[in-house]
Amino acid sequence: MTRFGVLRTAIFAAALVPAAALVYGFFTNDLTANPIDYITDTTGYTALSLLLITLTVTPLRRLTGRNELIRLRRMLGLLAFFYACLHVSTWLVLDWFFDFASMAADVVERPFITLGMTTFLLLLPLAVTSTAGMIRRLGRKWQQLHRLVYVAGVTAIIHFWWVVKADFREPRLFALALSVLLGFRAWWTLRTRLSSRS
Amino acid sequence: MLIKKPSDIPYSEVTPRGLFLRRREFIHTAAAGAIGAAAGLSPLASARVGAQARTKLPNVRKSPLSTSETANSYEDATGYNNFYEFGTDKEDPKANAQRFNPRPWTIKVDGLVKTPTTLDIDTFVKPHALEERIYRMRCVEGWSMVIPWVGFPLADVIKRLEPQPSAKFIEFTTLYDVGRMPGQRYPVLQWPYVEGLRLDEAMNPLAILVVGLYGEVVPNQNGAPIRLVVPWKYGFKGIKSIVRIRFTDKQPRGSWEVSQAREYGFYANVNPNVDHPRWSQATERRLGEFRRRKTEMFNGYGAQVASLYSGLDLRKNY
Repeated sequence: MTRFGVLRTAIFAAALVPAAALVYGFFTNDLTANPIDYITDTTGYTALSLLLITLTVTPLRRLTGRNELIRLRRMLGLLAFFYACLHVSTWLVLDWFFDFASMAADVVERPFITLGMTTFLLLLPLAVTSTAGMIRRLGRKWQQLHRLVYVAGVTAIIHFWWVVKADFREPRLFALALSVLLGFRAWWTLRTRLSSRS
Repeated sequence: MLIKKPSDIPYSEVTPRGLFLRRREFIHTAAAGAIGAAAGLSPLASARVGAQARTKLPNVRKSPLSTSETANSYEDATGYNNFYEFGTDKEDPKANAQRFNPRPWTIKVDGLVKTPTTLDIDTFVKPHALEERIYRMRCVEGWSMVIPWVGFPLADVIKRLEPQPSAKFIEFTTLYDVGRMPGQRYPVLQWPYVEGLRLDEAMNPLAILVVGLYGEVVPNQNGAPIRLVVPWKYGFKGIKSIVRIRFTDKQPRGSWEVSQAREYGFYANVNPNVDHPRWSQATERRLGEFRRRKTEMFNGYGAQVASLYSGLDLRKNY
């Protein structure tokens, strides 16, 4: 394996650790007194973290000039989506056990769930169109479509913010990280536009 | 010949076994710290050794006010709760309160009371016979437990302290000591934690001051050495580690009310019909159960407490 291959595999394995820990905790009865809430929190937290890590790839590539980093982006994005799926399934199966009426009421009435669902629905088409075939078929539109990930980042963080009762240290940190990551992009876009005009 | 049975030992003579153990631990930790420091390691690394010991409470009577529902496990009740003074995650209190020493401890009694005074915890508890009260506990977050508390009616304490006729409310304050309660380093809530009740609510037989659970001295993470339990209200009303009781004619403002008045009101009665602005309160998850269950009005204690609120709009006074 090349050095890059090793890095890729290591990142992949590391990203699976939270899920593996949940499985291990399930069998050793070590998911706190409230396992459903614990699984919900852990999968949501990991999904959001991976989403932000995914958004770090491009700025990191531009800043370091290491273009091969781009090859990590799809994997990281799909891992974030994997945890988002676990998060939504936990809500669907473990939390409400397919009580669709209550869940529908939740999505409509609870802004933080509305935003959580919005985030998931924004990520869904990105995951579906992540294959090489789709990238080819969509051409320029692919890039435009995948800018939805910026919106998903924002909705995900508000979703997190609104579920917290009083300790906003973590949501604040996530919000700051996202602002920096989106700030790079805004700055670069602005600079390109200004220089192309002159 | 009079042979004193172990069960005759009054509460005041029960020295939590943890204190003995902690002394030994202290020596141990100090030694380990010295070695660690010598080796260039942080002495804090070894400061986590040891845990509280469990001490049985003598002479605990059963109470007809207990529920017959199955209690949650000791591990559930002592390993999963909110006590922000020791951290904001559910497992933080257990992890961070192990070395908290609830002795010496005094309770200041002031405000509109016959004789303002400061009482040692043991003097404070001594006049009261201990009862076991198995209560449902409903957290505002939507989960619940059944916990066998040990304590005595708050009403008895109030009668003994003799508030002035002008007193309409009772206000409690938690210890503020950043060195002993590491969660207080961050202004997550307004410290010290404050909670209060209307005096007639406080006189209700269901309201108790708690010094134990599962027949044992209450562990640090659950509010040692003394806390409030008001089973028809959301758990956050049950203020922990009380150092001050004040009688007043003005409605106290609890720490949660101060932080978010729209979300946490003074009354905080369990009410499935009045949602938290961000989530529903119609259902709850009893820890240990898979499916949610319906939340009961006043947490199922309506027969005893509903009359306190006749004529009061519970939607406005949430």
